[in-house]
Amino acid sequence: MGSEAMKINLKVWRQPNSKAEGKFETYQLNEVSPDMSFLEMFDVLNEQLITDGGEPVAFDHDCREGICGMCSMFINGRPHGPKQGITTCQLHMRSFKDGDTIVVEPWRAQSFPVIKDLSVDRSAFDRIIASGGFVSVNTGNAVDANSILIPKDTADEAFAAATCIGCGACVAACKNSSAMLFVSAKVSQLSLLPQGKAERENRVIAMVDQMDKEGFGSCTNTGACSAECPKEIDLSNIARMNREYVRAKLVSK
Amino acid sequence: MKVLQFLFTSSIGRKVLMALTGLFLILFLVIHLMGNLQLLKHDEGYAFNKYAWFMTSNPLIKTVSYLLYATILLHAFKGLYLVFANRKARGAKSYGSYNGNANSHWTSRNMGILGTLILAFIIGHMSDFWWEYKFGDIPWTKYETSITDESTMVTDITSENHGVHIRMGVAGDKEVFITKDLYKETVEAFEEGWLVALYLLAMAAIAFHLWHGFSSAFQTLGMNHPRWNPLINGLGKAFSILVPLGFAIIPLYVYLLK
Repeated sequence: MGSEAMKINLKVWRQPNSKAEGKFETYQLNEVSPDMSFLEMFDVLNEQLITDGGEPVAFDHDCREGICGMCSMFINGRPHGPKQGITTCQLHMRSFKDGDTIVVEPWRAQSFPVIKDLSVDRSAFDRIIASGGFVSVNTGNAVDANSILIPKDTADEAFAAATCIGCGACVAACKNSSAMLFVSAKVSQLSLLPQGKAERENRVIAMVDQMDKEGFGSCTNTGACSAECPKEIDLSNIARMNREYVRAKLVSK
Repeated sequence: MKVLQFLFTSSIGRKVLMALTGLFLILFLVIHLMGNLQLLKHDEGYAFNKYAWFMTSNPLIKTVSYLLYATILLHAFKGLYLVFANRKARGAKSYGSYNGNANSHWTSRNMGILGTLILAFIIGHMSDFWWEYKFGDIPWTKYETSITDESTMVTDITSENHGVHIRMGVAGDKEVFITKDLYKETVEAFEEGWLVALYLLAMAAIAFHLWHGFSSAFQTLGMNHPRWNPLINGLGKAFSILVPLGFAIIPLYVYLLK
């Protein structure tokens, strides 16, 4: 497609370090191809900034194919921008119009402090996983396939939950900065399967405790997390986590 | 009680407490509406006053009503606490641009504001009627129902109510019911246009609060199931429209037609 170059105005959050007061800076790009990804457009911006002797914008990115979850950008009031079920690297400039002004901010949550510009510290998620998001058994040799029977729909549900890439869009979208979609995806993935069931009570209590300790908000069931999730993790996972948690609190010994 | 401590200390526990108290209040709305609809009867308040007397004198109902007051306070103040705790979770800086409408319904993002409006309404509503009925100086009425032909004679006895002890009994061939006339108090209150307008606004707030709250309570309690979701969501939407509408009809009816 021989599409014409676009003019794009950017309002980007600039913050030199975690302690500094940040502010929005405005930039203009005159030669943006509609076929660029949003991150490639930022590469162009950084080239331009470096050429002009300025400081390039720090932003997280890695795989650029929608599976690593690094590209945390809050674009025009939504995590990963205006499209459904994608990350920032999968967002293309053709989703915007020539002459548009685009506001780009970091994820905002007390538990995700800004490191620099658009880059935030998401290690709170790592600590939640470390608190119980694993199966602690010695696996030994690889066992025969299908030696433990798992119904197909259960396996599908566990897999759907396991597609969570831990990007933090759920926290960013939620008005309460709640991490419940993330935590519930991990709790679901493991508690649905026989290997994970053994530790289900301890796991859900430990992970929810850690989530609360990190300072994430609680859930109002607005559904914003699921609507903005690049992997479209379902809200039923949060219901499952609530169930698992209450069950663990009431019946575990 | 240690087993229930999590209801007050953990994020999920607090949500569960909000859901349980919310569902109890939803149940109360049904009972309250069924009672109130008797205000529409053309019997000069006989049925409604009898109901009001029953609701305020029956020991079981009185016990439940104290539980209800506690539930309202718990739901309201726990909710407000959550609003502020959740706001804090955003951190010192909020977004420069936040497009909530793209991913969620506005009622779900404004449960705190809607709830505060409802709390303000409940305080006004209780001082209008509950306080007046219990401690206020409101009119007294005597209903005398003939046992033979079931016709009722209504007498305003406001000026001579001092020393009334027997509230209900049989005298000769008549069943006598002497009561504070909450019906008259209500009808007089709803002759004021501004008060009717306030009540309608409050019912709108309740409708929007329930629009999200009804199904949200089930989700919080872990009830999210493809076979049940359509029923829960449908019931929630119907409830959030029909029940506040039922309440709203009463002041409107009184104001326009009585």
